[in-house]
Amino acid sequence: MAEDTIISGPGSPVLDVEGVSVTLSGREILDKVSFQIRAGEFTGLIGPNGAGKTTLLRVVLGLQRPGGGQVSVVGRTGSPRQQPIGYVPQKVLLDPDLPMRARDLIALGADGSRYGLRLPSRQRNEAVREMLHAVDADLFADARVGNLSGGEQQRVLLAQALISRPRLLLLDEPLANLDLRSGQEIVSLLARIAREQQIAILLSAHEMNPLLPVLDRIVYLAGGRAASGTTSEVITTERLSALYGHHVEVLRVNGRVLVVAGDPVGGAAAAAGPAAGAG
Amino acid sequence: MHQLLDAVFEPGFFASPQVHIAATIGGVVAIVSAVTGVFTVMRGQSFGGHALGDVSAAGGSAALLVGLTPVAGFVGLGIVGAAAMDMIGVRRLRSRDLATGVVLGSAIGLTALFLYLTSTRGTTTGAPQQILFGSIFTTTSSTIPVVAILAAVALGAIAMVCRPLLLATMSPDIATARGVPVRLVGLVYMLALAVSVGLSSLAIGAILSTALLIGPPAAALRVTNKVVWSVTVACLFGVAATWIGILLSYDSFYWGASHQALPVSFFIVAAVIATYLLAGLVARQRAPAAVDHGRAG
Repeated sequence: MAEDTIISGPGSPVLDVEGVSVTLSGREILDKVSFQIRAGEFTGLIGPNGAGKTTLLRVVLGLQRPGGGQVSVVGRTGSPRQQPIGYVPQKVLLDPDLPMRARDLIALGADGSRYGLRLPSRQRNEAVREMLHAVDADLFADARVGNLSGGEQQRVLLAQALISRPRLLLLDEPLANLDLRSGQEIVSLLARIAREQQIAILLSAHEMNPLLPVLDRIVYLAGGRAASGTTSEVITTERLSALYGHHVEVLRVNGRVLVVAGDPVGGAAAAAGPAAGAG
Repeated sequence: MHQLLDAVFEPGFFASPQVHIAATIGGVVAIVSAVTGVFTVMRGQSFGGHALGDVSAAGGSAALLVGLTPVAGFVGLGIVGAAAMDMIGVRRLRSRDLATGVVLGSAIGLTALFLYLTSTRGTTTGAPQQILFGSIFTTTSSTIPVVAILAAVALGAIAMVCRPLLLATMSPDIATARGVPVRLVGLVYMLALAVSVGLSSLAIGAILSTALLIGPPAAALRVTNKVVWSVTVACLFGVAATWIGILLSYDSFYWGASHQALPVSFFIVAAVIATYLLAGLVARQRAPAAVDHGRAG
């Protein structure tokens, strides 16, 4: 049930997930998940809570060994990753006592994997300033990261991931901590970055509507299985019903997509998936 | 002016070779402790640092027992202890805590045994005092090169891994994604910590080494917003506290009629604590808002 609709694009995929299965303490989290992402593609990893989104991201990062299948990033498999991946975790506990300002954390994203002492660099400072501006963090550039709000920390962490110019950028529920407007800003910023810098972006979310206008592709996870393709290919009644294993209806209302269980005409449509009834 | 200086520095302070040796070793040890200590505090591994102090004590007392110089035991067994702690409990916070506790307990047990054997054989007097509470005034100048080399190794190791270590401290997951060998970097840090604690045991004693490791960095973190400044300020605090401690201990000989100098380790630790409290006051002055959140107070 993990059939993959591959759109022919230029070059080989940046991320190739092939039949990945993960079982954690007897429970099957992922079941033969396959999809590919090419350079410059903005892909949404969509699914309800508990569908296995975080586990899948951990497999891609090499933090979780899959029970079956394999993942290759820019043609390389195995762990530790040879190709650096930009990563923004859902939750990073930044201690208020950590003597680090927003700009320092972003600078660490630029050269944190290098050895030896850091030398002063005007180029790096300029890049950090650019990133602070790009994520609209100029105002709290000199505040301790541990004292920032969740949304502010999210933006700083995004800048930290972007500054290393990764080929692949993974974001775990980045919109969960943001208000609607900042969410929209981050999403359009990401879309522009994917296009301009030819970065492959995989962003997980349980709510797809804010992402639909900008997503190039979608990987829809439900019950550990995945359907992937363009949004119009994947978000259909037939495809999602097959994925969920029972009948779900895909409704398009005022440009928003709703996934509801059962027969919508009955009026008692129950929420089956993400985005159901969301504003 | 002269009278004031004479009152602060009792006769012969600057001429005393013992003071020269103590100030040199103490200064070097304070710097190594401060640099590694900033990372210890940020990583929340103060308990691990203390456990390594106890391992050091076991090593130092074993070295005395077999007739070696204590510093060999302090550092040697410390390195073994650090590696053991890394092997038993990594990654998960709770298992790290347990591993630390187990290592600490065994080390104190061994120290008790070795110190007992050393003192009953009567080869060395004052062994417990020397191992547990330091011997900076009785150390000979021949120890200085050993201390310098070990200090250079520890500082070099920290300098080499500082950025990946910082990234891994902030988020092991992000560090792994960036290709940082998180486990290896953590081990390098632990070994540097073992060397640092070993040197500190020589200066102010195995039991008190934690004070010099944690105190100056904790004080520095209160008043700085940037890691490089935290390290710099921690070094200044550490060296200042050590030298003030040496001075006061030297002076204390002239305080009473009995002419009994009080232990240098006491004065160093007292100066460290004073620095920590002062830094707290400064932080409170600077950011009253933070005090309201119970962060700087």
